[in-house]
This record gives sequence, C-alpha cells and structure tokens, in this order.
Amino acid sequence: MSSNIESTNPNLNSRLTSEGCSVLLDINDGDRLVFARLAAAAKLKIGNKSCSLQPLIGCSYGSLFQVETGPDGSLLARVTPAVQGNITEEKRDNQLNVESRDNRTLIDNNKAQSLTGEDIQAMKSQGARGDEIIEALIANSATFEKKTSFSQEKYRLRKQKKYAPKVLLRRPVARSICEAYFRKYPAKIRFLRMDTLSLLLSMANVSCHSDILVVDMVGGLLTGSVAERLGGTGFVCNSYLGTAPYSMDIVRIFNFSDEICKRIVRSPISDLLIQKESPEQIIHHDDVCNMESLTNNQVSTSVRVDEISDPSGSEISEQGAENVENINIPAIRVSKSTKAGERAQQETINLWKENGFSSLIIAAPDLDTWTLVRDLLPLLSNSAPFAIYHQYLQPLATCMHNLQVGKMAIGLQITEPWLREYQVLPSRTHPCMQMSAFGGYILSGTKICSS
Amino acid sequence: MLACDSANKLSFNRFISNGDLVIVYERHDNMKPVTVSENSVLQNRFGVFKHSDWIGKPFGSKVFSNKGGFVYLLAPTPELWTLVLSHRTQILYIADISFVIMYLEIVPGCLVMESGTGSGSLTTSLARAVAPTGHVYTFDFHEQRAASAREDFERTGLSSLISVNVRDIQDEGFSDEFAGLADAVFLDLPQPWLAIPSAAKMLKQDGTLCSFSPCIEQVQRSCETLQTSFTDIRTFEVLLRTYEIREERMEGISGEGNVANGSLPCKRRQRSDGSNMLSSSSSVSTVMARPNGEARGHTGYLTFARLKCLS
Repeated sequence: MSSNIESTNPNLNSRLTSEGCSVLLDINDGDRLVFARLAAAAKLKIGNKSCSLQPLIGCSYGSLFQVETGPDGSLLARVTPAVQGNITEEKRDNQLNVESRDNRTLIDNNKAQSLTGEDIQAMKSQGARGDEIIEALIANSATFEKKTSFSQEKYRLRKQKKYAPKVLLRRPVARSICEAYFRKYPAKIRFLRMDTLSLLLSMANVSCHSDILVVDMVGGLLTGSVAERLGGTGFVCNSYLGTAPYSMDIVRIFNFSDEICKRIVRSPISDLLIQKESPEQIIHHDDVCNMESLTNNQVSTSVRVDEISDPSGSEISEQGAENVENINIPAIRVSKSTKAGERAQQETINLWKENGFSSLIIAAPDLDTWTLVRDLLPLLSNSAPFAIYHQYLQPLATCMHNLQVGKMAIGLQITEPWLREYQVLPSRTHPCMQMSAFGGYILSGTKICSS
Repeated sequence: MLACDSANKLSFNRFISNGDLVIVYERHDNMKPVTVSENSVLQNRFGVFKHSDWIGKPFGSKVFSNKGGFVYLLAPTPELWTLVLSHRTQILYIADISFVIMYLEIVPGCLVMESGTGSGSLTTSLARAVAPTGHVYTFDFHEQRAASAREDFERTGLSSLISVNVRDIQDEGFSDEFAGLADAVFLDLPQPWLAIPSAAKMLKQDGTLCSFSPCIEQVQRSCETLQTSFTDIRTFEVLLRTYEIREERMEGISGEGNVANGSLPCKRRQRSDGSNMLSSSSSVSTVMARPNGEARGHTGYLTFARLKCLS
C-alpha cells in the first residue's frame, strides 16, 4: 500500500506526468482550461467527443495532443511541434513585406464556402482527419486567397479549433493555477492576479525554513503558493477566525509531495492568540478537530486509502461536458493530498509562540483588516515583514494609519500592481486589446519591537 | 539573510551579534546596510551610534544616538537589500523581480542561470527562491563587477547558493557543462537574441526563459529568435503605483441643516473662515488615500517563453 502511495506521489519538480497526478489541460490555446487528475479511466469531453486521458500518462509537461478519430472513436494523439524550418522562414519574409491584399473584395453573403455541412459529415464518416477537413474547407473557400495572410492564419486557426482541437498538457504550479482561475473563475480567488500574488510572496519574504502565518480566503491559492516556495521546509499556518476553516481546495491541485503537505497546517486564530495551554485544553481541541474533519469533507483528513484504487476520472468528463467554459475541478480525493491542512500540533503552536512567525500574509477581504492585523502582528518575530491583500483601498488605508499611530510597524506602503501584456509580431507589435485593469491593493511593512 | 541554517532564523530569541548584517532604517527612502562590528560607530544626521549598543538587541529595535536621534535596525531581506545595494548597473526592482520568479516557476531545488549579474538585485531573490537545495549560476562579462557581486553575496550570506562567473554570454553562450540541466534561464543583455540559442540548449524540456529588455526593438528581435525552439512566448510590462495616506480633520455642518450623507461635508472646507451658517459645524477626521504623483513609468519588457517539448 505504501508503495502505491509512493508511485502516485510525483515530486514537485517532476517534469513527467504519472498516474494520479494533477494536470492543467489547456484546450485550444486557453479557450478552455481544465484541472484534471490523470487516470487510465479518466475521460475528457471536447466538443461532442469523449477522449481518454490515458495517452497523457507518462508524458512530459508541455506535450501537445490533438483530437483524432481512431478505430474506437476519438483519441488524443501526441503532436510533435515542427522545429521551425523553411516554410516559416518564407512566411516570415511575406509578413515583413508590405501586405498588398485587403478586404475590399470581401462581401458578407455567406456564399464563400461551397462545402456543405453534409459534405463535411461525409468526410468525417469516411475517417478524414481534422487537418484534411481544414484543407478541404480552405480549398473550397472562394475568398481564402483574397484574404491577407494575417486573416488567412486566423481562418486556419478558427477551423483548427473546431475540427482538430488541441490539448496542451500543463504543470499545475502557483502561476498557472492563479492565471487559470483569474481567467475563468476570478471570484473564487477574490480577483487575486498572478502579479499581485507574486508580490505578496516577495513582500512577505517567503523563503525556506520560514514559518509563514496566512489568512487565506482565496480558496487555498495563497496557502499552496507559500507551500510551493517553502519546498517542504518550515510551515505555512493557515489560520481562521471562529471554528470553521476556510476552503483550501486549490491546494489539492498542486502536485505536492507528502513532505510539502506535512508543512501545510491549520489553526484557529484563537489558539494562536491564547497563552500556552494546559494538557486538558489540548485534548479538548483534538475533539473539536475531529468534528471539523467530519463536517468539512473538502479538507477531510479522514479520507480512506481505498479511494485511491477507485480513480473517479469519469467525473472530470461529466463536469467538462456540462460546463465548458469553467474550470472543472474534479472532486476526487487522493490520499496524497489528504495530509495537507492537518490541525497544527500543540508543540508546533508553542514553538511559534516562543519564536514568533517569520512573516504574515493576509488575503481575507471578508474580515476587518485592522482588527485582524492588530491581533496577529504581535505573533510575528520582530523585524518580520507582512503583506496584506485587499480589493478595496479604504480598509488598507485605515489599517496603515492605525499601524503608524500605534508605532507597530515601519516601511509601510500601499501599492497597486499594474500588468500589461503585449502582442509582439513583425510590424504589428502593440499592447493587447484587452487587459485586466485592476489587480488589487497590497499593504506591506515590517513589524518593529514595541517600545 | 536566509534561514538556511536555523540559527539564523528570525525569532523572538534571535539577537543582533557582532558580524551581523543589519539594515539601518531612517525612513522608508533612507536605509543603509551595516555590518555590526563591536568597535565601530555609525554616523549620520541624527548623531553617532555605537555598534556596541546594538549587540544583544533584537532585530526590529529602535536604537538611539549620542544626541538622542534614533534609527531602526532591521534583519536583511532580498527586498530591503534591493533598496540599499550599491548600484553598479541599472537594477531590477520588486515588481519585476517578483513576477519573474513566479512566472519562471522557480521553487526550492531549481537550477537557475542568469546573465548578466549586474548589481545582483535579482540574483539575491533567485537565491532565496531556489534555497535550500537549488543553485543559481550567474554570469557577467565584467570582471570587477563579478567580483563585487561575489563580495555582496558573501556579505548577505548567500554565497553557497550562488556561483558568479565571468563570461560573455552573448559572445560565447553558456558553458556546455550545464546543457539540459537548467530549470530556468534569465537574460538581461543588450542583444538577448544572440544568447537565446545557447539558453535553449541549457534548459530542461518545458523549461522557462525570461528576457528583460528596456526597448521594444530588443523584444521584437528576441521574439523572432525565440520562435525557433520556444513556445508560449509572451511579453509583459509590470509596474507599481504607490499610495500616500493622510488623516485630515475636515469641518462639516452639524445640527438641523445637516446633509444626511456623512461623507459629503469635506467640500465645505474652504468656507470655514466665514459665515454664521457654519457656526454649528463639527470637525470630522478621515483617513484618505491617493496615488503618489510620481512613479516609475517604465522599467523594461519581460518576455517569457517555454522550451518546446519535442520528445
């Protein structure tokens, strides 16, 4: 059994997929992003075709697949990208020349394409490959030759997405997970953009052997990103107000080893604030902990090992079919993720009380920033940095003011990151037409000794 | 700087000792790195500070000069270091640094290659990200600059994580001994396209590359060269806007003539020196924030790419 667990535990830096590992599937250049767990029985629905994820097991992250029709239905076939040769050289030369064609002769009367739906269906039933259908569509298009080379390429790409969808195998790491959620499901991570997240990690000096206190109401993205940087050293303490921990589902999307999972612990803030406890209190807390595991099965530590042998991959394809534009997070619990988020042991809490946390990161827009910081800051070592994320400016301004007045911290600064992506193409370089206009605010500073 | 050995870890029980590097904080825009030496003094506009007074105090302490002036002593971090290091070249700042580390997917254990080393601002953060088991190989063609960088990493306690080499990467490329071993490569060179083929050789499959260039023409050429063996080529610009906050007391009207909405009265401020109408005014204190008037408008373009996966 233990060897079974081993084999489903790729280490963080692994560049190959294995059975049971978590992957990010990028379908047609980001049109659809799916988080999935690889299992022989897992299926992914693309368009109206259902494909097994089996061919993806044991491949390098970064591998590209294309949906093709095989004898037993659709399958994902590995595509090796061409190392660029003469064809593209020629294309590039064309691009550099001033384009003489334009859209003056194009008339939108829906008559340009002479191939009918039935024709295409017939080709398909005769086993034509996606690429062949695309070539046929181009050959039968009355206007294709008159288009500029840019719009020819756009046309080709549009048809490729429909008739020969591509699936790119991606490694789920803090960056890719954050970007995927931000694009498809931003509310779940409270609109925490990847550059903002990266700043939080820097500003809080997240480094090996640190004990980082976090308040994570962004679905576990923050906790996971911190754990990734700790690499199985130190601790990330995911703390919460009251008795119910906040969801940290996203932690399970990272391919964390047991070593890293062990370093992700949770604790109610009240436990961190009270003085060192007597043994009776400890027992009492253990009871509470068990009850929580039962009521919150998302983070349950009581998942049984036999669930491993039941790869419930079918859930992926079902979700995928229903909800094409969403990120589909399979509700699969594999044993390796179950260790993440155990209740912090009393000895560990005592050590934190004795030494202080190395830094603090807060992404908790639902809690009152100032009172939270006021209570948590004394838990940090002196000279420890902290970073607080919020979508609104006022709570951070108030908090900063109070910290200044109370002489609790120095180097205080509110910053707002700004991120712009560019299209870089020969003679056609410009900022992308769409951008995220807002990535949130960060209040950062360094705790000082109280005088 | 890093807690690679736990004796160095920031803690309530960790005190400043002889030989420690501290960041002396006067104001957020005025800091200085100082290596504590029992018999030394620090002299600034606030007076003379004896290092011997600092020893035994916790990091984060406020310490006083002979004239009663004070500074804070902070534990060094890569962020503070970036603000105090001596600029031998143009350096990268926190927004670019943070984004580069996250986008290159640098985590503990990674092998990272960088050229040029410059003043070592990014290198310091790269070292933090790969610690405790990874390594940063950084290259600069300038012998003296490489030597100064080496001294800096010695001072910040990072020398076991960083190897500084003298090499002209644009001319010679990276050394073949690293072929296929790098998780990530970072280029900050005037003609990055010359180094890109060599960078591709160094990377593991699906490995990441970043090129930092201030000018769009450099980006243009780099992107063309990247097409050959890279995919996911994306160019970004990342900047920070900072805010200033202040608390102001503003007069508002109280009593029966009051406007219902409490946040409006700030408009009436100019009229405070006059009419009886405002005799019943009350003063409200509010914390307000606004962006700073000046900011860095451009640092450079960050172009990222991923080595194509061929097998």
